[in-house]
Amino acid sequence: MAAKVSIHNLAVTVNKRLILRGVDLNIEANTIVSVIGPAHSGKTTLLRVINRLIETQREFLRSGEVLLDGKEVRRLDIDVLRRRVGLIFATPVPLPGTIFDNIAYGPRLKSRLHKRELAHVVEQSLRAAALWDEVKDRLQTSALRLSGGQQQRLCIARTVAVNPEVIMMDEPTSGLDPISTAQIENAMRELKQRFTWILVTNNVKQAARVSDRVAFFLSGELVEEGEAAQIFTKPRDKRTDDYVSGRIG
Amino acid sequence: MVIRPLVWQRIVWVLLALITLATLVVLFFIIGFITSKGAPVVTKEFLFGMPERMGKAGGILPTIVATILLAFLAIAIATPIGVGSAVYLCEYTRQSPITRIIRFATDALAGVPSIIFGLFGFIFFVIKLRMGWSLLAGGLTMSFMLLPVIIRTSEEAIRAVPHSLREVSYSLGGAKSKTILRVVLPNALPGIVTGVILGLARSIEETAVVIFTAGSSLVMPRSLLDSSRTMAVHFYVLAREGISMPRAYGTAFLLIVSILIINVVAYVLMYRFMRKLR
Repeated sequence: MAAKVSIHNLAVTVNKRLILRGVDLNIEANTIVSVIGPAHSGKTTLLRVINRLIETQREFLRSGEVLLDGKEVRRLDIDVLRRRVGLIFATPVPLPGTIFDNIAYGPRLKSRLHKRELAHVVEQSLRAAALWDEVKDRLQTSALRLSGGQQQRLCIARTVAVNPEVIMMDEPTSGLDPISTAQIENAMRELKQRFTWILVTNNVKQAARVSDRVAFFLSGELVEEGEAAQIFTKPRDKRTDDYVSGRIG
Repeated sequence: MVIRPLVWQRIVWVLLALITLATLVVLFFIIGFITSKGAPVVTKEFLFGMPERMGKAGGILPTIVATILLAFLAIAIATPIGVGSAVYLCEYTRQSPITRIIRFATDALAGVPSIIFGLFGFIFFVIKLRMGWSLLAGGLTMSFMLLPVIIRTSEEAIRAVPHSLREVSYSLGGAKSKTILRVVLPNALPGIVTGVILGLARSIEETAVVIFTAGSSLVMPRSLLDSSRTMAVHFYVLAREGISMPRAYGTAFLLIVSILIINVVAYVLMYRFMRKLR
Protein backbone atom coordinates (compact mmCIF):
# COMPACT_ATOMS: atom_id res chain seq x y z
CA MET A 1 0.00 0.00 0.00
CA ALA A 2 1.30 3.43 -0.92
CA ALA A 3 1.84 5.80 1.98
CA LYS A 4 -0.54 8.71 2.60
CA VAL A 5 2.33 11.06 3.27
CA SER A 6 5.82 10.15 2.24
CA ILE A 7 8.92 12.18 2.78
CA HIS A 8 12.21 11.49 1.04
CA ASN A 9 15.53 13.02 1.90
CA LEU A 10 13.95 16.23 3.18
CA ALA A 11 16.19 19.09 4.22
CA VAL A 12 14.91 22.48 5.35
CA THR A 13 16.77 25.71 6.04
CA VAL A 14 15.07 28.66 7.74
CA ASN A 15 16.95 31.93 8.00
CA LYS A 16 20.12 30.11 6.88
CA ARG A 17 19.88 27.62 9.75
CA LEU A 18 19.52 23.96 8.94
CA ILE A 19 16.38 22.80 10.75
CA LEU A 20 15.76 19.39 9.18
CA ARG A 21 18.10 17.14 7.24
CA GLY A 22 17.94 13.79 5.51
CA VAL A 23 14.47 12.94 6.73
CA ASP A 24 12.82 9.83 5.26
CA LEU A 25 9.39 9.04 6.65
CA ASN A 26 6.33 7.20 5.39
CA ILE A 27 2.96 7.66 7.03
CA GLU A 28 0.24 5.13 6.25
CA ALA A 29 -3.39 6.16 5.94
CA ASN A 30 -5.64 5.82 9.00
CA THR A 31 -2.87 5.54 11.51
CA ILE A 32 -1.79 7.76 14.35
CA VAL A 33 1.86 8.66 14.06
CA SER A 34 3.55 10.50 16.88
CA VAL A 35 6.53 12.70 16.27
CA ILE A 36 8.54 13.02 19.46
CA GLY A 37 11.78 14.68 20.39
CA PRO A 38 13.18 17.48 22.51
CA ALA A 39 12.68 21.17 21.66
CA HIS A 40 14.41 22.44 18.50
CA SER A 41 14.47 19.07 16.84
CA GLY A 42 12.43 20.29 13.86
CA LYS A 43 9.06 18.72 14.71
CA THR A 44 6.95 21.84 14.17
CA THR A 45 8.88 22.71 11.02
CA LEU A 46 8.09 19.25 9.67
CA LEU A 47 4.34 19.91 10.02
CA ARG A 48 4.63 23.36 8.50
CA VAL A 49 6.52 21.94 5.53
CA ILE A 50 3.83 19.35 4.88
CA ASN A 51 0.99 21.90 4.65
CA ARG A 52 3.32 24.60 3.28
CA LEU A 53 2.51 27.06 6.05
CA ILE A 54 6.26 27.56 6.23
CA GLU A 55 6.04 29.52 3.00
CA THR A 56 4.82 32.54 4.96
CA GLN A 57 8.37 32.75 6.31
CA ARG A 58 10.79 34.70 4.22
CA GLU A 59 14.10 32.87 4.16
CA PHE A 60 13.25 29.27 3.68
CA LEU A 61 14.80 26.59 1.50
CA ARG A 62 13.62 23.05 1.02
CA SER A 63 15.09 20.09 -0.81
CA GLY A 64 13.92 16.50 -1.13
CA GLU A 65 10.38 15.30 -1.63
CA VAL A 66 7.16 15.63 0.36
CA LEU A 67 4.40 13.60 -1.25
CA LEU A 68 0.72 13.46 -0.46
CA ASP A 69 -0.84 10.40 -2.11
CA GLY A 70 2.24 10.23 -4.29
CA LYS A 71 2.04 13.84 -5.46
CA GLU A 72 4.56 16.52 -4.52
CA VAL A 73 2.81 19.02 -2.23
CA ARG A 74 4.47 21.93 -3.97
CA ARG A 75 2.65 21.00 -7.17
CA LEU A 76 -0.75 20.99 -5.48
CA ASP A 77 -2.92 24.07 -5.23
CA ILE A 78 -1.99 25.54 -1.87
CA ASP A 79 -5.56 26.06 -0.64
CA VAL A 80 -6.63 22.57 -1.70
CA LEU A 81 -3.56 21.11 0.01
CA ARG A 82 -4.41 22.87 3.26
CA ARG A 83 -7.98 21.63 3.13
CA ARG A 84 -6.66 18.09 2.67
CA VAL A 85 -4.07 18.43 5.44
CA GLY A 86 -5.39 20.22 8.53
CA LEU A 87 -3.21 21.69 11.26
CA ILE A 88 -4.05 22.25 14.91
CA PHE A 89 -1.81 24.57 16.87
CA ALA A 90 -0.30 24.26 20.33
CA THR A 91 -2.32 27.15 21.72
CA PRO A 92 -5.97 26.99 20.73
CA VAL A 93 -6.82 29.98 18.55
CA PRO A 94 -10.56 30.52 18.22
CA LEU A 95 -11.45 33.09 15.61
CA PRO A 96 -13.26 36.04 17.21
CA GLY A 97 -16.92 35.23 16.71
CA THR A 98 -19.47 32.63 17.70
CA ILE A 99 -18.88 28.91 18.16
CA PHE A 100 -21.02 28.27 15.10
CA ASP A 101 -19.08 30.72 12.94
CA ASN A 102 -15.80 29.13 14.00
CA ILE A 103 -16.84 25.67 12.84
CA ALA A 104 -18.53 27.05 9.73
CA TYR A 105 -15.48 29.09 8.71
CA GLY A 106 -13.86 26.34 6.63
CA PRO A 107 -16.99 25.05 4.87
CA ARG A 108 -18.04 28.62 4.08
CA LEU A 109 -14.70 29.28 2.40
CA LYS A 110 -15.20 26.45 -0.01
CA SER A 111 -18.79 26.75 -1.07
CA ARG A 112 -22.08 28.35 -0.38
CA LEU A 113 -23.92 25.80 1.71
CA HIS A 114 -27.58 25.80 2.53
CA LYS A 115 -28.34 26.80 6.11
CA ARG A 116 -29.54 23.30 7.01
CA GLU A 117 -26.51 21.60 5.49
CA LEU A 118 -24.20 23.97 7.29
CA ALA A 119 -25.94 23.33 10.61
CA HIS A 120 -25.55 19.60 9.96
CA VAL A 121 -21.83 19.92 9.26
CA VAL A 122 -21.37 22.00 12.41
CA GLU A 123 -23.21 19.47 14.56
CA GLN A 124 -21.35 16.47 13.12
CA SER A 125 -18.00 18.18 13.56
CA LEU A 126 -18.71 19.17 17.15
CA ARG A 127 -19.89 15.63 17.90
CA ALA A 128 -16.71 14.22 16.36
CA ALA A 129 -14.62 16.40 18.65
CA ALA A 130 -16.77 15.43 21.67
CA LEU A 131 -17.84 19.01 22.25
CA TRP A 132 -21.44 18.95 21.03
CA ASP A 133 -23.11 18.14 24.35
CA GLU A 134 -21.31 20.98 26.10
CA VAL A 135 -22.07 23.71 23.57
CA LYS A 136 -25.25 22.68 21.71
CA ASP A 137 -27.32 25.26 23.59
CA ARG A 138 -24.96 28.14 23.04
CA LEU A 139 -23.70 27.89 19.48
CA GLN A 140 -24.34 31.60 19.03
CA THR A 141 -22.17 32.70 21.93
CA SER A 142 -18.57 33.74 21.58
CA ALA A 143 -15.98 31.01 21.15
CA LEU A 144 -13.58 33.06 23.26
CA ARG A 145 -15.64 32.29 26.36
CA LEU A 146 -14.93 28.56 26.20
CA SER A 147 -12.35 27.02 28.52
CA GLY A 148 -8.91 26.09 27.20
CA GLY A 149 -9.78 22.42 26.73
CA GLN A 150 -13.06 23.28 25.04
CA GLN A 151 -11.28 25.74 22.77
CA GLN A 152 -8.83 23.08 21.64
CA ARG A 153 -11.67 20.67 20.89
CA LEU A 154 -13.36 23.52 19.03
CA CYS A 155 -10.21 23.83 16.92
CA ILE A 156 -10.34 20.09 16.20
CA ALA A 157 -14.02 20.35 15.24
CA ARG A 158 -13.18 23.31 13.03
CA THR A 159 -10.57 21.26 11.21
CA VAL A 160 -12.85 18.21 11.00
CA ALA A 161 -15.54 20.39 9.40
CA VAL A 162 -13.31 20.89 6.36
CA ASN A 163 -13.17 17.08 6.06
CA PRO A 164 -9.43 16.76 5.56
CA GLU A 165 -7.56 13.51 4.89
CA VAL A 166 -4.72 14.18 7.30
CA ILE A 167 -4.90 16.08 10.59
CA MET A 168 -1.65 17.31 12.06
CA MET A 169 -1.49 18.46 15.66
CA ASP A 170 1.34 20.47 17.14
CA GLU A 171 1.50 19.65 20.85
CA PRO A 172 -2.28 20.07 21.11
CA THR A 173 -2.51 19.23 24.80
CA SER A 174 0.57 21.01 26.10
CA GLY A 175 -1.51 23.59 27.97
CA LEU A 176 -4.40 21.37 29.01
CA ASP A 177 -5.45 19.45 32.11
CA PRO A 178 -5.50 15.61 32.16
CA ILE A 179 -9.25 15.36 31.60
CA SER A 180 -9.22 17.60 28.54
CA THR A 181 -6.16 15.73 27.30
CA ALA A 182 -7.98 12.41 27.65
CA GLN A 183 -10.98 13.77 25.75
CA ILE A 184 -8.77 14.84 22.88
CA GLU A 185 -6.91 11.53 22.82
CA ASN A 186 -10.23 9.66 22.74
CA ALA A 187 -11.43 11.79 19.86
CA MET A 188 -8.27 10.90 17.95
CA ARG A 189 -8.76 7.18 18.48
CA GLU A 190 -12.40 7.36 17.46
CA LEU A 191 -11.64 9.36 14.32
CA LYS A 192 -8.82 7.10 13.16
CA GLN A 193 -11.14 5.50 10.62
CA ARG A 194 -11.68 8.87 8.94
CA PHE A 195 -8.32 10.59 9.17
CA THR A 196 -4.62 10.03 9.26
CA TRP A 197 -3.16 11.68 12.33
CA ILE A 198 0.28 13.17 12.78
CA LEU A 199 0.80 14.15 16.38
CA VAL A 200 3.74 16.21 17.50
CA THR A 201 4.13 15.85 21.21
CA ASN A 202 6.59 16.55 23.97
CA ASN A 203 4.83 14.04 26.11
CA VAL A 204 6.36 10.59 25.67
CA LYS A 205 3.55 8.96 27.68
CA GLN A 206 0.96 10.50 25.41
CA ALA A 207 2.78 9.12 22.38
CA ALA A 208 2.74 5.70 24.03
CA ARG A 209 -1.00 5.95 24.76
CA VAL A 210 -2.29 6.89 21.34
CA SER A 211 0.18 6.07 18.59
CA ASP A 212 0.46 3.22 16.16
CA ARG A 213 3.89 4.34 15.10
CA VAL A 214 6.41 6.75 16.56
CA ALA A 215 9.13 8.85 14.93
CA PHE A 216 11.90 10.19 17.14
CA PHE A 217 13.63 13.40 16.02
CA LEU A 218 16.79 14.89 17.44
CA SER A 219 18.50 18.07 16.19
CA GLY A 220 16.73 17.95 12.84
CA GLU A 221 17.39 14.29 12.16
CA LEU A 222 14.99 11.40 12.20
CA VAL A 223 16.79 9.04 14.57
CA GLU A 224 14.37 6.18 14.52
CA GLU A 225 10.87 5.33 13.34
CA GLY A 226 8.85 2.23 14.06
CA GLU A 227 5.92 0.52 15.76
CA ALA A 228 5.07 2.26 19.01
CA ALA A 229 5.64 -0.91 21.03
CA GLN A 230 9.04 -1.45 19.48
CA ILE A 231 10.16 2.17 20.04
CA PHE A 232 9.19 2.09 23.68
CA THR A 233 10.38 -1.41 24.54
CA LYS A 234 13.30 -2.25 22.27
CA PRO A 235 14.54 0.91 20.56
CA ARG A 236 17.34 0.21 18.11
CA ASP A 237 19.15 3.48 18.73
CA LYS A 238 20.80 4.39 22.01
CA ARG A 239 19.59 8.00 21.74
CA THR A 240 15.96 6.87 21.38
CA ASP A 241 16.37 4.69 24.42
CA ASP A 242 17.78 7.60 26.39
CA TYR A 243 14.93 9.87 25.39
CA VAL A 244 11.96 7.54 25.90
CA SER A 245 13.30 6.33 29.20
CA GLY A 246 13.75 9.90 30.37
CA ARG A 247 17.52 10.01 30.61
CA ILE A 248 17.67 12.99 28.24
CA GLY A 249 14.89 15.38 27.48
CA MET B 1 16.26 69.87 53.22
CA VAL B 2 15.18 66.35 52.48
CA ILE B 3 11.68 65.79 51.18
CA ARG B 4 10.16 62.55 52.38
CA PRO B 5 9.30 60.18 49.50
CA LEU B 6 5.65 60.14 50.47
CA VAL B 7 5.41 63.93 50.43
CA TRP B 8 7.30 64.00 47.15
CA GLN B 9 4.75 61.51 45.71
CA ARG B 10 1.95 63.83 46.75
CA ILE B 11 3.59 66.87 45.18
CA VAL B 12 4.10 65.11 41.86
CA TRP B 13 0.57 63.76 41.96
CA VAL B 14 -0.87 67.25 42.49
CA LEU B 15 1.35 68.65 39.74
CA LEU B 16 0.24 66.04 37.21
CA ALA B 17 -3.38 66.42 38.20
CA LEU B 18 -3.14 70.18 37.64
CA ILE B 19 -1.63 69.71 34.20
CA THR B 20 -4.39 67.28 33.24
CA LEU B 21 -6.97 69.63 34.62
CA ALA B 22 -5.55 72.49 32.53
CA THR B 23 -6.22 70.51 29.34
CA LEU B 24 -9.80 69.88 30.39
CA VAL B 25 -10.30 73.51 31.39
CA VAL B 26 -9.16 74.72 27.97
CA LEU B 27 -11.47 72.28 26.21
CA PHE B 28 -14.48 73.08 28.35
CA PHE B 29 -13.78 76.80 28.16
CA ILE B 30 -13.86 76.72 24.36
CA ILE B 31 -16.97 74.54 24.24
CA GLY B 32 -18.68 76.63 26.93
CA PHE B 33 -17.79 79.90 25.26
CA ILE B 34 -19.03 78.80 21.84
CA THR B 35 -22.16 77.26 23.33
CA SER B 36 -23.10 80.32 25.37
CA LYS B 37 -22.66 82.61 22.36
CA GLY B 38 -23.86 80.22 19.68
CA ALA B 39 -26.63 78.08 21.14
CA PRO B 40 -29.21 80.92 21.47
CA VAL B 41 -28.83 81.70 17.75
CA VAL B 42 -29.70 78.16 16.72
CA THR B 43 -33.41 78.03 16.02
CA LYS B 44 -35.48 75.99 13.62
CA GLU B 45 -35.32 78.83 11.15
CA PHE B 46 -31.51 79.07 11.48
CA LEU B 47 -31.16 75.33 10.85
CA PHE B 48 -33.58 74.92 7.99
CA GLY B 49 -33.84 78.40 6.48
CA MET B 50 -32.13 79.88 3.45
CA PRO B 51 -29.59 82.64 4.12
CA GLU B 52 -30.56 86.23 3.42
CA ARG B 53 -28.35 89.28 2.85
CA MET B 54 -25.08 87.27 2.64
CA GLY B 55 -25.81 85.47 5.88
CA LYS B 56 -26.73 88.51 7.97
CA ALA B 57 -30.16 87.00 8.42
CA GLY B 58 -31.99 83.79 7.65
CA GLY B 59 -30.62 80.28 8.05
CA ILE B 60 -27.63 78.21 7.02
CA LEU B 61 -29.23 75.16 5.41
CA PRO B 62 -27.14 75.28 2.19
CA THR B 63 -23.90 75.26 4.18
CA ILE B 64 -25.06 72.23 6.18
CA VAL B 65 -25.92 70.37 2.98
CA ALA B 66 -22.62 71.36 1.39
CA THR B 67 -20.65 70.25 4.47
CA ILE B 68 -22.30 66.83 4.50
CA LEU B 69 -21.85 66.32 0.75
CA LEU B 70 -18.22 67.39 0.77
CA ALA B 71 -17.28 65.35 3.83
CA PHE B 72 -18.92 62.17 2.61
CA LEU B 73 -17.50 62.59 -0.89
CA ALA B 74 -14.00 62.96 0.56
CA ILE B 75 -14.45 59.94 2.84
CA ALA B 76 -15.98 57.84 0.07
CA ILE B 77 -12.92 58.45 -2.09
CA ALA B 78 -10.25 58.29 0.61
CA THR B 79 -11.45 55.21 2.55
CA PRO B 80 -11.16 52.55 -0.18
CA ILE B 81 -7.84 53.94 -1.41
CA GLY B 82 -6.47 54.36 2.10
CA VAL B 83 -7.54 50.96 3.43
CA GLY B 84 -6.43 49.33 0.18
CA SER B 85 -2.98 50.90 0.50
CA ALA B 86 -2.74 49.79 4.12
CA VAL B 87 -3.67 46.21 3.18
CA TYR B 88 -1.09 46.26 0.41
CA LEU B 89 1.64 47.62 2.70
CA CYS B 90 0.90 45.15 5.50
CA GLU B 91 -0.11 41.97 3.73
CA TYR B 92 1.35 41.96 0.25
CA THR B 93 4.80 43.44 0.63
CA ARG B 94 7.82 42.88 2.76
CA GLN B 95 10.10 45.68 3.95
CA SER B 96 11.81 46.93 0.83
CA PRO B 97 12.98 50.24 -0.63
CA ILE B 98 9.61 50.57 -2.37
CA THR B 99 7.56 50.27 0.82
CA ARG B 100 9.93 52.68 2.50
CA ILE B 101 9.31 55.20 -0.28
CA ILE B 102 5.55 54.72 0.01
CA ARG B 103 5.68 55.23 3.79
CA PHE B 104 7.89 58.28 3.42
CA ALA B 105 5.48 59.71 0.86
CA THR B 106 2.56 59.07 3.21
CA ASP B 107 4.30 60.87 6.05
CA ALA B 108 5.28 63.73 3.78
CA LEU B 109 1.67 64.03 2.64
CA ALA B 110 0.57 64.23 6.28
CA GLY B 111 2.93 67.16 6.82
CA VAL B 112 1.76 69.25 3.89
CA PRO B 113 -0.16 72.34 5.09
CA SER B 114 -3.80 72.31 4.05
CA ILE B 115 -3.45 75.57 2.14
CA ILE B 116 -0.94 73.84 -0.16
CA PHE B 117 -3.50 71.10 -0.79
CA GLY B 118 -5.98 73.88 -1.53
CA LEU B 119 -3.64 75.52 -4.00
CA PHE B 120 -2.89 72.20 -5.67
CA GLY B 121 -6.60 71.39 -5.94
CA PHE B 122 -7.25 74.83 -7.37
CA ILE B 123 -4.57 74.53 -10.04
CA PHE B 124 -5.12 70.87 -10.90
CA PHE B 125 -8.84 70.15 -10.51
CA VAL B 126 -10.41 73.61 -10.76
CA ILE B 127 -8.29 75.03 -13.59
CA LYS B 128 -6.47 72.21 -15.38
CA LEU B 129 -9.30 69.66 -15.34
CA ARG B 130 -11.83 72.47 -15.77
CA MET B 131 -14.03 71.34 -12.91
CA GLY B 132 -14.44 74.92 -11.77
CA TRP B 133 -15.11 75.65 -8.13
CA SER B 134 -17.18 72.64 -7.22
CA LEU B 135 -17.94 70.15 -4.49
CA LEU B 136 -16.33 67.49 -6.70
CA ALA B 137 -13.01 69.37 -6.88
CA GLY B 138 -13.25 70.04 -3.14
CA GLY B 139 -14.02 66.41 -2.30
CA LEU B 140 -11.17 65.11 -4.46
CA THR B 141 -8.64 67.50 -2.96
CA MET B 142 -9.87 66.81 0.55
CA SER B 143 -9.58 63.05 0.01
CA PHE B 144 -5.88 63.50 -0.76
CA MET B 145 -5.49 65.31 2.52
CA LEU B 146 -7.24 62.50 4.42
CA LEU B 147 -5.26 59.66 2.82
CA PRO B 148 -2.27 59.69 5.19
CA VAL B 149 -4.53 59.68 8.26
CA ILE B 150 -6.52 56.72 6.99
CA ILE B 151 -3.49 54.79 5.70
CA ARG B 152 -1.57 55.18 8.95
CA THR B 153 -4.40 54.25 11.30
CA SER B 154 -5.49 51.32 9.11
CA GLU B 155 -1.94 50.04 8.92
CA GLU B 156 -1.62 50.08 12.70
CA ALA B 157 -4.96 48.30 13.06
CA ILE B 158 -4.09 45.62 10.50
CA ARG B 159 -0.70 44.97 12.06
CA ALA B 160 -2.34 44.55 15.46
CA VAL B 161 -4.36 41.54 14.24
CA PRO B 162 -2.48 38.51 15.65
CA HIS B 163 -0.60 36.44 13.12
CA SER B 164 -2.05 33.27 14.64
CA LEU B 165 -5.52 34.20 13.34
CA ARG B 166 -4.16 34.41 9.80
CA GLU B 167 -2.44 31.04 10.19
CA VAL B 168 -5.70 29.46 11.35
CA SER B 169 -7.44 30.75 8.26
CA TYR B 170 -4.62 29.58 5.96
CA SER B 171 -4.57 26.15 7.53
CA LEU B 172 -8.30 25.77 6.88
CA GLY B 173 -7.68 26.42 3.21
CA GLY B 174 -8.39 30.13 3.25
CA ALA B 175 -6.70 31.93 0.39
CA LYS B 176 -4.88 35.13 1.23
CA SER B 177 -7.62 37.38 -0.15
CA LYS B 178 -10.34 35.52 1.78
CA THR B 179 -8.25 35.58 4.94
CA ILE B 180 -7.90 39.34 4.63
CA LEU B 181 -11.61 39.87 3.95
CA ARG B 182 -12.98 37.50 6.59
CA VAL B 183 -10.40 37.57 9.37
CA VAL B 184 -8.00 40.51 9.12
CA LEU B 185 -10.31 43.37 8.16
CA PRO B 186 -13.18 42.53 10.57
CA ASN B 187 -10.69 42.39 13.44
CA ALA B 188 -8.98 45.58 12.35
CA LEU B 189 -12.27 47.43 11.97
CA PRO B 190 -12.21 49.48 15.20
CA GLY B 191 -8.87 50.98 14.26
CA ILE B 192 -9.92 51.62 10.69
CA VAL B 193 -13.14 53.28 11.84
CA THR B 194 -11.15 55.51 14.18
CA GLY B 195 -9.09 56.70 11.22
CA VAL B 196 -12.17 57.32 9.12
CA ILE B 197 -13.81 59.32 11.92
CA LEU B 198 -10.69 61.41 12.35
CA GLY B 199 -10.77 62.04 8.60
CA LEU B 200 -14.47 62.88 8.65
CA ALA B 201 -13.97 65.39 11.46
CA ARG B 202 -11.03 66.92 9.66
CA SER B 203 -12.95 67.34 6.42
CA ILE B 204 -15.83 69.01 8.27
CA GLU B 205 -13.65 71.58 9.98
CA GLU B 206 -11.33 72.31 7.05
CA THR B 207 -11.50 75.76 5.46
CA ALA B 208 -8.38 76.48 3.38
CA VAL B 209 -8.87 73.56 1.04
CA VAL B 210 -12.56 74.30 0.57
CA ILE B 211 -12.21 78.00 -0.21
CA PHE B 212 -9.69 77.24 -2.95
CA THR B 213 -11.48 74.30 -4.52
CA ALA B 214 -15.19 74.46 -3.77
CA GLY B 215 -15.43 78.22 -3.60
CA SER B 216 -17.75 80.00 -1.23
CA SER B 217 -20.97 80.77 -3.04
CA LEU B 218 -23.81 80.81 -0.58
CA VAL B 219 -26.33 78.78 -2.58
CA MET B 220 -27.97 75.40 -2.25
CA PRO B 221 -25.80 72.91 -4.20
CA ARG B 222 -27.84 71.19 -6.90
CA SER B 223 -25.10 68.85 -8.07
CA LEU B 224 -21.54 67.93 -7.20
CA LEU B 225 -20.39 70.31 -9.93
CA ASP B 226 -21.83 73.33 -8.11
CA SER B 227 -19.70 75.67 -6.10
CA SER B 228 -20.80 75.76 -2.50
CA ARG B 229 -19.90 76.99 0.96
CA THR B 230 -19.37 74.64 3.89
CA MET B 231 -20.17 75.53 7.50
CA ALA B 232 -16.53 76.08 8.38
CA VAL B 233 -16.06 78.46 5.46
CA HIS B 234 -19.34 80.19 6.27
CA PHE B 235 -18.16 80.74 9.82
CA TYR B 236 -14.86 82.11 8.53
CA VAL B 237 -16.53 84.53 6.10
CA LEU B 238 -19.10 85.75 8.64
CA ALA B 239 -16.43 86.45 11.27
CA ARG B 240 -13.73 87.72 8.93
CA GLU B 241 -15.91 90.15 7.05
CA GLY B 242 -17.82 91.18 10.14
CA ILE B 243 -21.15 90.23 8.66
CA SER B 244 -22.69 88.77 11.80
CA MET B 245 -20.78 87.58 14.86
CA PRO B 246 -23.80 85.90 16.54
CA ARG B 247 -24.45 83.90 13.38
CA ALA B 248 -20.76 82.99 13.18
CA TYR B 249 -20.98 81.59 16.73
CA GLY B 250 -24.20 79.77 15.86
CA THR B 251 -22.44 78.06 12.95
CA ALA B 252 -19.43 77.23 15.09
CA PHE B 253 -21.70 75.71 17.72
CA LEU B 254 -23.34 73.47 15.10
CA LEU B 255 -19.89 72.41 13.85
CA ILE B 256 -18.88 71.27 17.32
CA VAL B 257 -22.17 69.49 17.89
CA SER B 258 -22.00 67.66 14.57
CA ILE B 259 -18.49 66.38 15.24
CA LEU B 260 -19.69 65.16 18.62
CA ILE B 261 -22.65 63.37 17.02
CA ILE B 262 -20.45 61.71 14.39
CA ASN B 263 -18.14 60.38 17.08
CA VAL B 264 -20.95 59.01 19.21
CA VAL B 265 -22.80 57.38 16.32
CA ALA B 266 -19.64 55.81 14.91
CA TYR B 267 -18.60 54.34 18.22
CA VAL B 268 -22.07 52.97 18.92
CA LEU B 269 -22.16 51.26 15.51
CA MET B 270 -18.69 49.88 16.04
CA TYR B 271 -19.52 48.62 19.51
CA ARG B 272 -22.51 46.75 18.14
CA PHE B 273 -20.37 45.16 15.46
CA MET B 274 -17.63 44.18 17.88
CA ARG B 275 -20.10 42.67 20.32
CA LYS B 276 -20.93 40.14 17.64
CA LEU B 277 -17.27 39.17 17.45
CA ARG B 278 -16.54 38.96 21.13
